[in-house]
Amino acid sequence: MSQTRKQLLIDPLVDNNPITLQVLGICSALAVTSSLNVAFVMSLAVIAVTGFSSLFISMLRNYIPNSIRIIVQMVIIASLVILVDQIIKAYAYEISKTLSVFVGLIITNCIVMGRAEAFAMKNTPVDSFIDGVGNGLGYGLLLMCVGVFRELFGSGSLFGITILDPVSNGGWYVPNGLLLLPPSAFFIIGFLIWGIRSWKKSQVEAREYKIQTLEVH
Amino acid sequence: MSNSNNIFVKFKNMPVDGMVKTIIVATTLCFICSMVVSFAAVNLKSKQDVNKALDKQKNILQVAGKYYDGVNIQETFSSFEPLIVDIENGKFTNKFDPLIFDDKKAAQDPLLSVALKDDPASIGRRANFVTIYLLKNNDGSLDKIILPVHGYGLWSTLYGFIALENNLNDIFGLQFYQHAETPGLGAEVDNPKWKAQWKGKKLNNEKGDLMIQVAKTSKNKDYHIDALAGATLTSNGVNNLVKFWMGKSGFKKFLKNLKSGEA
Repeated sequence: MSQTRKQLLIDPLVDNNPITLQVLGICSALAVTSSLNVAFVMSLAVIAVTGFSSLFISMLRNYIPNSIRIIVQMVIIASLVILVDQIIKAYAYEISKTLSVFVGLIITNCIVMGRAEAFAMKNTPVDSFIDGVGNGLGYGLLLMCVGVFRELFGSGSLFGITILDPVSNGGWYVPNGLLLLPPSAFFIIGFLIWGIRSWKKSQVEAREYKIQTLEVH
Repeated sequence: MSNSNNIFVKFKNMPVDGMVKTIIVATTLCFICSMVVSFAAVNLKSKQDVNKALDKQKNILQVAGKYYDGVNIQETFSSFEPLIVDIENGKFTNKFDPLIFDDKKAAQDPLLSVALKDDPASIGRRANFVTIYLLKNNDGSLDKIILPVHGYGLWSTLYGFIALENNLNDIFGLQFYQHAETPGLGAEVDNPKWKAQWKGKKLNNEKGDLMIQVAKTSKNKDYHIDALAGATLTSNGVNNLVKFWMGKSGFKKFLKNLKSGEA
């Protein structure tokens, strides 16, 4: 794999992570991270959809009329999402019950659309595919990080295997109920963004305004 | 050959933003995408239906305590006898074939269901005909009876089964197979510890009054199930739906008939 392609794949993991840097796809990150099994299947679904939608859109990029390009992208993305949804329902029924509407909502995930519009429309199919997979991986990586926190401290388990024995099962650990509710993902993502930007200063955005100093009379 | 080449060349040379090309691209794309989607949907349908049926059967086995890891679901399930009950007169009916009867469809069908005025379980309509399952001992006597229940919790309708012992008053278990309550709070209705509480509780007292209750404080231990901490509304929902289905608008008449041998 050439250097640039490797960059395309690795860059979105931390340096250009779609969630922490671009702050896209937050909605589904809140919804599907309360258990790791679900977050994992969701990540795979998003990786598949971003990868293949970028591939197909890039293949068609010279034929897509500018006036309907967003609709064309949506049609391709939506078809792929339905495909993924059907496959999950057929082969991972238990998990499809928990994911319910969120697989369908990949259609509205800004990451998929963003990569199609920003990258796939201007680059070759293979590059676009790698870029899509990379961004899907970046999304998945963050989902898993958030999921580890939420499942471990919210229900005392990882991938459904009990690690901290919760009180409700006769153990000692009192699970933190807040972590199972969507708002907790906001806090965790916020802390992660803080952490990453303290580590990689280049990600800190320039201030758009300056707070006036108070003049004392 | 040269002719078809000409069409492609012509197509390729059209201005990308021209109306003709826009329409051709849009139509072709829609056509191909719809083919892909319908191909997948049709081909995977049978597999999905099998999954759904298996999931339901698995839940029936679980509620009757017949499920363990590695059990052959379909084989064990064949020992359960599905029957259709007419809720209004509380008797079995053979108007429908239980193997193909669809309970959820029946609950929406105006001919097969009634709109509820007194609706504590918030289900809107109640089917007049419901599939129940009998589990019999080897000698043909009744072992357990499995009744379907559903009702609204906090976010979603909970669908489940209640298994009763052969005296038709003692609860053997309660299990939900479909709901979307908050994980960790309302979804603790799936917690084995909580579910274990239901075993041995009684529906009615000696006088025949419905006493079963999901509540915070206990009045009478025989009829009381501890509500879920942090999930008051889900607990209320479960309380309401169990009371509804075990009550007069639910299976009460049928259970009475079954006990006296008139069903």
